[in-house]
Amino acid sequence: MRLQYSSNIRIIEMPCSGTIDHRVLLQAFEDGADGVFVAGCMEGDCHFQKGNYRAKKRVNAVKKLLDEIGLGGDRLEMYNLSAAMGPRFAEIANEMTERIRQLGPSPLRKNKAGTSRKEGDVA
Amino acid sequence: MIIAQQKPIKDIAAMIEDCKKVLLVGCAGCVTVCLSGGEKETEVLASSLRIMRRLQGNPLETVTITATRQCDPEYIEPLENLVKDVDAIISLACGVGVQYLAERFHDKWVVPAQNTMFVGGSRTHGVWEERCGLCGDCILHRTGGICPIIRCSKSILNGPCGGSQYGKCEISKDVDCAWQLIYDRMKALGKLDKLMEIQPPKDWSKSRDGGPRKAIREDVMIG
Repeated sequence: MRLQYSSNIRIIEMPCSGTIDHRVLLQAFEDGADGVFVAGCMEGDCHFQKGNYRAKKRVNAVKKLLDEIGLGGDRLEMYNLSAAMGPRFAEIANEMTERIRQLGPSPLRKNKAGTSRKEGDVA
Repeated sequence: MIIAQQKPIKDIAAMIEDCKKVLLVGCAGCVTVCLSGGEKETEVLASSLRIMRRLQGNPLETVTITATRQCDPEYIEPLENLVKDVDAIISLACGVGVQYLAERFHDKWVVPAQNTMFVGGSRTHGVWEERCGLCGDCILHRTGGICPIIRCSKSILNGPCGGSQYGKCEISKDVDCAWQLIYDRMKALGKLDKLMEIQPPKDWSKSRDGGPRKAIREDVMIG
């Protein structure tokens, strides 16, 4: 197909959009992403029945959280497309890139990060 | 279980605005089951606070851990080493956990991340309902297993009242009249005669009216 889409996109593969977790999305922003989009399967086409619907709910919850903490929920979006929809993927990648360009770089990148440490499992 | 809901993040951030390093302590008990203060929620809160502070140009260092239960001294004891060099502890447990941490680490600023709401159960995934009023003198055997203390808006013992309409309470069409539920269940069980016994005023001294309560079992005490 030789479709072109913005080269600034880094793809992180997940076994199913239903495995998306609030922590993974927040980590992407903490690690310096200007924007994140979750590409789940078409609604009604989930191999695991409800994975993409669950992803959508979580994405919406994190969008709300991003608004609350001042980063802005517009930097995160959920899209539904199948693995066979290459042109649509390129279109979304460009659309999201354009949206983030208008919002500007993540304000987090200007400031130094605080460290975090997780102390094992349940104590 | 005890049902708690996380406070708005801005409120939690305000409680630790002077701190540079905080310890967030989740609880693997009730608040994990009601999805408000377990391991995942602790990580999400830590990340949210770090992002907020980074946006303000005042980075926050976080350490996270989830205790098996914060309402048992033996599970908060191992936190001692983590507590040493933090400016504050954020507890994601119910009010009991916050107090146990504050009592154990009395020289530390301990703040609650949650509003402890009620004792209840899960209705469906994501929905929790209040089911016990902790009155200290259970009467469920007289009311068909439906608690009028907490499920009746007036906590009346000889219901229903005049505010019961078509099985709903006058406070909201979404609230069932507990006494209608009690009547229906007792009728189905063939025990309506039990409802003819007038209940005297309840002895509230076994509830909060008697001050803070304590339960003691000498047979299980050690030493």
